[in-house]
Amino acid sequence: MDYEPSDVTVVDRKDEITSRIPRPAEAPAPASPPQQSSETPASGLERMHATRHIRLEDLHAYYGSNHAVKGVNLSFEPGKVTAIIGPSGCGKSTMVRCVNRMHEEIPGARSQGRVLLDDVDLRGPGVDVVAVRRFVGMVFQKANPFPTMSIFDNVAAGLRFTGTPRDEITDRVNAALEAAGLWDEVEGRLSEPGMSLSGGQQQRLCIARALAVEPAVLLMDEPCSALDPVATLKIEELIGQLKQRVTIAVVTHNMQQAGRVADTTAFMLSGELVEVGPTEKMFTNPDDERTEQYVTGKFG
Amino acid sequence: MTTDAATAPSSLLSGQGRGLVDRFGDRALYLITLLAAILSGVILGGITYEVFKLAGSAISKFGLGFLTTSNWDPVHEQFGAAQFIYGTAVSSFGALLIATPLSIAIALFLTELAPRRSRTPIAVLVELLAGVPSVILGLWGILVLGPFLNDTVEPALHAALGWIPLFGGTYSPVGLFPAMVILTIMTVPIVSSLTREVFATVPPSAKEGALALGGTRWDMMTTTVLPYSRPGIIAAVMLGLWRAVGEAIAVTQVIGGAPGIHANIFIPAQTMASQIAAQYQGASPLNQSALGYLAVVLLILSLVFNGVARLLVRGVQRRAKVS
Repeated sequence: MDYEPSDVTVVDRKDEITSRIPRPAEAPAPASPPQQSSETPASGLERMHATRHIRLEDLHAYYGSNHAVKGVNLSFEPGKVTAIIGPSGCGKSTMVRCVNRMHEEIPGARSQGRVLLDDVDLRGPGVDVVAVRRFVGMVFQKANPFPTMSIFDNVAAGLRFTGTPRDEITDRVNAALEAAGLWDEVEGRLSEPGMSLSGGQQQRLCIARALAVEPAVLLMDEPCSALDPVATLKIEELIGQLKQRVTIAVVTHNMQQAGRVADTTAFMLSGELVEVGPTEKMFTNPDDERTEQYVTGKFG
Repeated sequence: MTTDAATAPSSLLSGQGRGLVDRFGDRALYLITLLAAILSGVILGGITYEVFKLAGSAISKFGLGFLTTSNWDPVHEQFGAAQFIYGTAVSSFGALLIATPLSIAIALFLTELAPRRSRTPIAVLVELLAGVPSVILGLWGILVLGPFLNDTVEPALHAALGWIPLFGGTYSPVGLFPAMVILTIMTVPIVSSLTREVFATVPPSAKEGALALGGTRWDMMTTTVLPYSRPGIIAAVMLGLWRAVGEAIAVTQVIGGAPGIHANIFIPAQTMASQIAAQYQGASPLNQSALGYLAVVLLILSLVFNGVARLLVRGVQRRAKVS
């Protein structure tokens, strides 16, 4: 990993996530010296976290007796978009839902293994699940704005959860809407219901909502599967712009989409990770025969 | 393959070969069920007619002034309903004031917080509470609740909030306050089970969104579950109100049956329903007619509460279908 956070402010918030558990004394503190952002410092989204690298180690996930994810080892690297492709039911959504621990919200679901955010195991004992989700944002398959809230309140919701001071909220909401490419379309009607937006706008509203709390990682679970091609293109462009700010993992069963947005592509089949590599190599010259068959459309 | 009628076997046309019941069963079933459905409407209409007929002479004698005067004097045949309307309003609203937060808490616990396996047993227990006959609740109110309130709760409330006229310094084992508590017990099962059904219509994806955003359970409830359910909760409370306003037996047992309008909720009072239940037997014709007038007021109130609640519920269901 040769990532250098050169032009961004580094904020080490790793302690927040583990504040409730005694840290081992030898725990490394990879604090790079904070540097001033060269870009508009007004937007909090320009800042970047030291904690941004996700590594799954021997991750298993179950629904009751159904073994949905079978020992996956995979990294989501900072500054890069990782796409996870594979046929329906291969466990790709389940796998990313283990990262922000939404998997365990489903009755009867459980998981095993390690999910490391830098050096902290998000599944470890004593880790606060609410804190995990503030570090790891998520965008769902179907846009799910809060049904009773205005556009503004939707984006402000996460900030209110964290007790952000009132005078900061407006700026951060505007910045998040700007970052999600929605500002020009909703300016002047922020008090209208979030549900009044079109499908694609609703999905970008959900992206803005997730970005507002400045997560280190953004998981996107088939974010475009319910959208038309134009709205899809907008989201894909957005993913390209956001990857410098936040580590992104995109689950998709659209291989062309993986080809367009991802730096790294992982292919899953029947709960197992078959192959992971640079996107171009995965689509042109994969090592595994099953990957080859899948990307050339022989099945799936 | 086409077959025209002329070549079809004759039994296809005449239905011969099928028994009488077989041939006319469906039509008979339709008529019987239609009759049953019509009957309920006829009964509602009949009751309304009879109640208005009974109230007729009181309505023509006292007019709308009946609602605002409070003397109830069978000897001089002067009747006014204000004190009973007051008793009904205070006991019902008081009960709902306690029952609503309690019911919402029960519903939130059962839909969002309780361990999954314990949800159904607890829900059944709460609903069984609604199955206790009201006369038994009233008996319990006389024997246990009234004395307990009189000796413990009322002095404590007076000590803490005595500066509010509602919690004046005279205590009694019967009165508005025990009636409120009894009505609370009777309305909580209804309001909580309806509220629970309303909570079940909240889109899971919205709740998931709140959790994934780093919301606590409480955040999730306040951002999605409660705001989305507001019209449904109001409907549930209206139905609870309808139940409380109409309850006669248990209230008659614990309210003390004393006339008058007093700010103090600890002393005996009377409601419309309990007055009808307590006085009708042996009353003079005009007195009976005045009680009929009370019944008219009660009936209109009940139909309004019930109707508004139903409209709200329909709105919630429609929205649940859309999203």
